Amino acid sequence: MYRYTDFDAAFVRARNAQFRAQVERRISGALTEDEFRPLRLMNGLYLQLHAYMLRIAIPYGTISSRQMRQLAYIAERWDKGYGHFTTRQNIQFNWPRLSDVPDILEALAEVQMHSIQTSGNTIRNVTADHFAGAAADEIEDPRPTAELIRQWSTDHPEFQFLPRKFKIGVSGSPHDRAVTKSHDIGLRIVRGGDGRTGYEVLVGGGLGRTPMVGQVIRPFLKKADLLPYLEAIVSTYNLMGRRDNKFKARIKITVFENGMEKFRDAVDARFEQIKREWTGVDPDLLAHIEHSFLPPAFRDAPQDGYETARRADPVFRAWTDTNLTAHRVPGYAIVTVSLKAHGATPGDATAAQMRLLADLADKYGHGELRISHEQNVVLPHVHKSDLWALHESLKTEGLATANIGLVSDIIACPGMDYCALATARSIPVAQEIATHFQALGLEEEIGALKIKISGCINACGHHHVGHIGILGLDRAGVENYQITLGGDHTETMTLGERAGPGFAYDEIVPAIERLLRAYLALREDREETFLAAYRRLGAEPFKAALYEAEAERDAA
Amino acid sequence: MRPYLQGHIALMWEIFLYWLEKSPSQGTGQMSRAYTPKVVTANALIEGDVVYLTADDRWTRDHAEAELIEDEAHAQLRLLKAEHQKNVVVGAYLADAKAGPKGPEPIHFREVFRTRGPSNYAHGKQEARHV
Repeated sequence: MYRYTDFDAAFVRARNAQFRAQVERRISGALTEDEFRPLRLMNGLYLQLHAYMLRIAIPYGTISSRQMRQLAYIAERWDKGYGHFTTRQNIQFNWPRLSDVPDILEALAEVQMHSIQTSGNTIRNVTADHFAGAAADEIEDPRPTAELIRQWSTDHPEFQFLPRKFKIGVSGSPHDRAVTKSHDIGLRIVRGGDGRTGYEVLVGGGLGRTPMVGQVIRPFLKKADLLPYLEAIVSTYNLMGRRDNKFKARIKITVFENGMEKFRDAVDARFEQIKREWTGVDPDLLAHIEHSFLPPAFRDAPQDGYETARRADPVFRAWTDTNLTAHRVPGYAIVTVSLKAHGATPGDATAAQMRLLADLADKYGHGELRISHEQNVVLPHVHKSDLWALHESLKTEGLATANIGLVSDIIACPGMDYCALATARSIPVAQEIATHFQALGLEEEIGALKIKISGCINACGHHHVGHIGILGLDRAGVENYQITLGGDHTETMTLGERAGPGFAYDEIVPAIERLLRAYLALREDREETFLAAYRRLGAEPFKAALYEAEAERDAA
Repeated sequence: MRPYLQGHIALMWEIFLYWLEKSPSQGTGQMSRAYTPKVVTANALIEGDVVYLTADDRWTRDHAEAELIEDEAHAQLRLLKAEHQKNVVVGAYLADAKAGPKGPEPIHFREVFRTRGPSNYAHGKQEARHV
């Protein structure tokens, strides 16, 4: 893992000291809320519906056991004993007191964590594939790139007041698990003709009010050119992006309104200019970063106990079927620990769960953990001979749910249970879908499915790219849920299509059941997933199932 | 025309348009719509908890204790009063409310949630009240 240099540590300390003084001046009345708001947002502090919320960056989703224990400590000392992992690999605490936040930031700095640029119109926490450094299909670990971008973008003097927030995601595998096409800039590590790696650069992706799939602005960028090229894109956007209308301020609109060709020309011109002045990244710095992500010392141990346990224990077998992913090293597996126990809040972990995860990471996973944008926790390097014992331990804190990639593994934003921007609740909808299909016993039968729920049009819950997307709205003072179908969040990203009129709060779960029962009746065989069936058949049979009553009424 | 007069005429025109918009429509017998009563609400500066302004100028955490304001001009004055308490509360605004047996009740579901807390855990106001 990356460890702070003296410079990093001093910078974070200085920022925390500044913020402590700003909080003091706010409480004394020397600063008004209008003056304080941009300052607190720069440090990840929001005012939500019922309380403040502190958003803490987990850069590229990588977190050590020590850091996880500190999050557990913060949850118990200053919050209500839990934290919420988000779709951007951050953690949010929902109940901090304003006067405690400087102490929380200090506790974070002790373990090399911070909240800087987790809000505001700046370059936000850089996200990456949560299986980085472990996935069997990986070309190269995306995290050194992500860390380099973090250092370049943190407190970048030109990019503290962009037209709007700016998100960068990095993937090092052909299978895109980092949703790169929904980012302002997506980077995909690819192999060039000469065998050397570089980046495919995507720009202008984004969900929200105007969802758009990122487009390739440069098919191959040399690694050495990364920072000057990113600087060219962001500074072009900084000048060309609209500041007159918040809803048209993201780079996706800049690219759309100007056209990719014009935008690319402007970036290229700026790139030529910057490249001439660019002195390059200090090779020592880059070497330090790359050295921080060396793989752990993998074991070459027998794994026959694993197969024996699988045969003997059906619960363990079911868990290994759903929660494991192929590791690049023989004998190892990537473990996804579900934070979606049926009826639980997606992405929430109690302090006890965090501590257990930290202990298990130390015992079985080289002290390393990941947070996925799908709001689960990943142990990236576990030897197969340890899996049975790991699974037994996970059970003790309700962390052994075997549902990764299934109907109950739902992404859900905090929605109107917490968020001041939300137009409807998302969490209880996710909870009810999960418990309902568990009660029906249909989860395994339905198979691979991505349901994603957002409580407002800003789409933190990625609903546009869910196989089934649910968007909560306020229709004339009543919660109303719109369904989109056929979305895809991977390298073949597709935006879902709106199925039709929305459903009331108590109608949404029955509607999802009709939809999935129609899928079970229509699919060719168990191998054909919901998304595949949707692609083969089109929206019509699914709409017919959703709006059964209307169809009958029309026929009568 | 002299340039300074142009601005003057434009302003007169704006006032005339505003008057047209605000004046009750003639001949149809339609009255301007009844004012929906309001409460002044905000978040407490330190805890962020939802608070309401009472008739005797306190901040209460209980919606039923809020002052139910039935007059638009009075509502604006009360909001101004709230906005001036910069180091007590944050983000004051007027929320629709109605009279109930125990005091004012919220109308919109967002305001209902604000009176109790999130639905996934018994945290927030519902926790304090052991509901």
